[in-house]
Amino acid sequence: MLQHILALMIKELRAILRDKRSRIVLIGPPVAQLIVFGYAASFDLNNVPYAVYDANGGAAGRALLARFEGSPTFSFQGRLRNERELARAIDHKDVLLVLRLGADFERRLQRGEPADLQVIIDGRNSNTALIALNYVRSMLIDFNRDWAIRHGRAPPPAHLEVRPWFNENLVSRWFIVPGIVALLTLVVTLIVTALSVAREREAGTFDQLLVTPLRPVEILVGKALPGFLIGTIEATFIIFMAVWWFEVPLRGGLLPLYLGLWLFLLSGIGLGLMISALSVTQQQGLLGAFLFLVPAVILSGFATPIENMPHLVQYLTYLNPMRYFLVVVRGVFLEGADAALLWPQYWPMAVIGLVTLALAGWLFRHRMY
Amino acid sequence: MSAHMRLAAMVRKESLQILRDPSSLAIAFLMPLILLILFGYGVSLDAREVPVALVVEQPGAETERFVSGFGQSDYFVPKRFYSIQAAEQALRERRVQGIVWLRSNFADNVLDARGAPIGLTVDGVDANQARLLQGYVQAVWFRWLEAYARSRGVDLDVPVNLQQRIWFNPAVNSRNFLVPGLIGVIMTLIGALLTAMVVAREWERGTMEALMVTPIRIHEILLGKLIPYFVLGMGGMLLTVAVAEWIFHVPLQGSMWILLLASALFMGAALGMGLLISVVAKNQFVAGQVAIIVTFLPAFILSGFVFDLHSMPDAIRVITYIVPARYLVAIMQTEFLAGDVWMVVLPNLLALLIMALLFLALVRRKSHKHLE
Repeated sequence: MLQHILALMIKELRAILRDKRSRIVLIGPPVAQLIVFGYAASFDLNNVPYAVYDANGGAAGRALLARFEGSPTFSFQGRLRNERELARAIDHKDVLLVLRLGADFERRLQRGEPADLQVIIDGRNSNTALIALNYVRSMLIDFNRDWAIRHGRAPPPAHLEVRPWFNENLVSRWFIVPGIVALLTLVVTLIVTALSVAREREAGTFDQLLVTPLRPVEILVGKALPGFLIGTIEATFIIFMAVWWFEVPLRGGLLPLYLGLWLFLLSGIGLGLMISALSVTQQQGLLGAFLFLVPAVILSGFATPIENMPHLVQYLTYLNPMRYFLVVVRGVFLEGADAALLWPQYWPMAVIGLVTLALAGWLFRHRMY
Repeated sequence: MSAHMRLAAMVRKESLQILRDPSSLAIAFLMPLILLILFGYGVSLDAREVPVALVVEQPGAETERFVSGFGQSDYFVPKRFYSIQAAEQALRERRVQGIVWLRSNFADNVLDARGAPIGLTVDGVDANQARLLQGYVQAVWFRWLEAYARSRGVDLDVPVNLQQRIWFNPAVNSRNFLVPGLIGVIMTLIGALLTAMVVAREWERGTMEALMVTPIRIHEILLGKLIPYFVLGMGGMLLTVAVAEWIFHVPLQGSMWILLLASALFMGAALGMGLLISVVAKNQFVAGQVAIIVTFLPAFILSGFVFDLHSMPDAIRVITYIVPARYLVAIMQTEFLAGDVWMVVLPNLLALLIMALLFLALVRRKSHKHLE
């Protein structure tokens, strides 16, 4: 039995790796994508282009604006002289926001009346707008506190002391890069498995495989192992790069991480083989892989949180193995989570994997075309 | 046979193939519809009903007034805890996303000159969500400051007030910006999927050789394949715009004609990219793999659909210029939310035109009518 499986596995690996173009496809893009996406996929803002419309020109206003010029988050683009220029700068996307000081800014501030800092912001990307507003607000709170101290005005009766856990500086790369481990692993496993049965069906060799002494279980394992092997190697490489290149702290142990990875691979391979066993042609296999992959990635919590989805869509995500593995990688990387804490994530992946593999094995013999 | 007739015959052959194989029709019409509806509802960056732990060590009139701000806001689902340890355990188990901690001497410290500290611990794993949460708590805090000042008969003493005006999307509804962007991501997929395997399939089945011995020219084969898929793709595109408009009620501020022009140019680029993959790969297995890798993920991450292009490092931003979805997403977001802003629309239309021509020229160069 072991021999049978081994022979089939070697044949499968050869079929995948024989062609130079498929070898390149498996190795090149994941590496390039890890680097590119690791830098690109971030919600942190820096170099936010802004302009200033200062109708006052007083010293206090200049001191406030100087704080923005000195910040790496903001990038000063120029001064505006009137409303028309302001509208144009935002419409044309020359700047994301305009800081505007009214003519009476200095006078009101010196008299102890509330002065206004007006922020006009481009809301086309609502998330960027909200985050940029938060930055502006934090800088203003600092300015107000310093001003109050220096001018003997009463500070607010209470202030917030913010302490982020797990990701002390709120670097969104620490959130995204572990997510890329899950993303690329899923893509690679699906690529390896989703076309494997369909290709043989199209070539007619699957029927030959079925009449050999190999039992369906052996075919299943033989077809699953290459995906397992390739997936583990690729994931290991990406995890290594996440720690060594992107310097994301790996606070937990490798055991809970790899336990999660293997269960994730199990479910990914099960889904891939099921898609493959369902399809008669490679085109259908590819379509099936796409139809699963795209929603699985977008509705996984990779970029936008699952908690923000409507309940109906949230229930749908329970069928998505990537949803669970994302919690595992992020948990192990940032929180140092252990296997006990991650148990609620492990078992659903195991269930998805076993059910889909069983279905795939059943379909091998029963899907007639 | 004239060139015109040869092309017509080729278009007819491809159209029949599409009509007989329902999967192409499903890709063109059903898939964009399902994906847009699913994602339009599912993808949101607006945090609502965030579970937060409220730890009040010594409840009193002032702490209750502060805490009531959380109950009134629909951003929060407050949960009361009686010790900070219990709240921290809940944060570790992901039952809450943040902790607001009012220490036992809160009421005394409020009267003190230095002011009372309010502890806010946020789960920083999702940095974006954490920052939004911080902003929401700041808003509650600020409203409490105002109420506190009013209760003592004075105006709140802040040196500088922040007045914000958010243009184009005053309700900061993330759906209004995500749905136009999703159209770009989904149509990249559809365009590439439709064409990525068509030429590779002919090579694999050997029917390419049969086509070669006919007097048809190579560009006629390519055009014959492009035209029917172009019609299909445009149909899918119109469908998604209709969904955005009528199901998600994203207001379309700009003109439909510009949207159509942009869609047509974009379809040219997306189909060209798919054909190029197909021509170069000559094998459905590789064509399929490449299509997954170079179309979906870059359109998702590098198009400005969720992740802000300005904040990327320069070296990465250069790469985004070769992602056609980037230009379509920029046009879509502007056309839907802001209107016909020529300074944004024109450069992006031009870029789409160049990309379409470039991909189609590459396809033409890479296709030869001879065997290897």
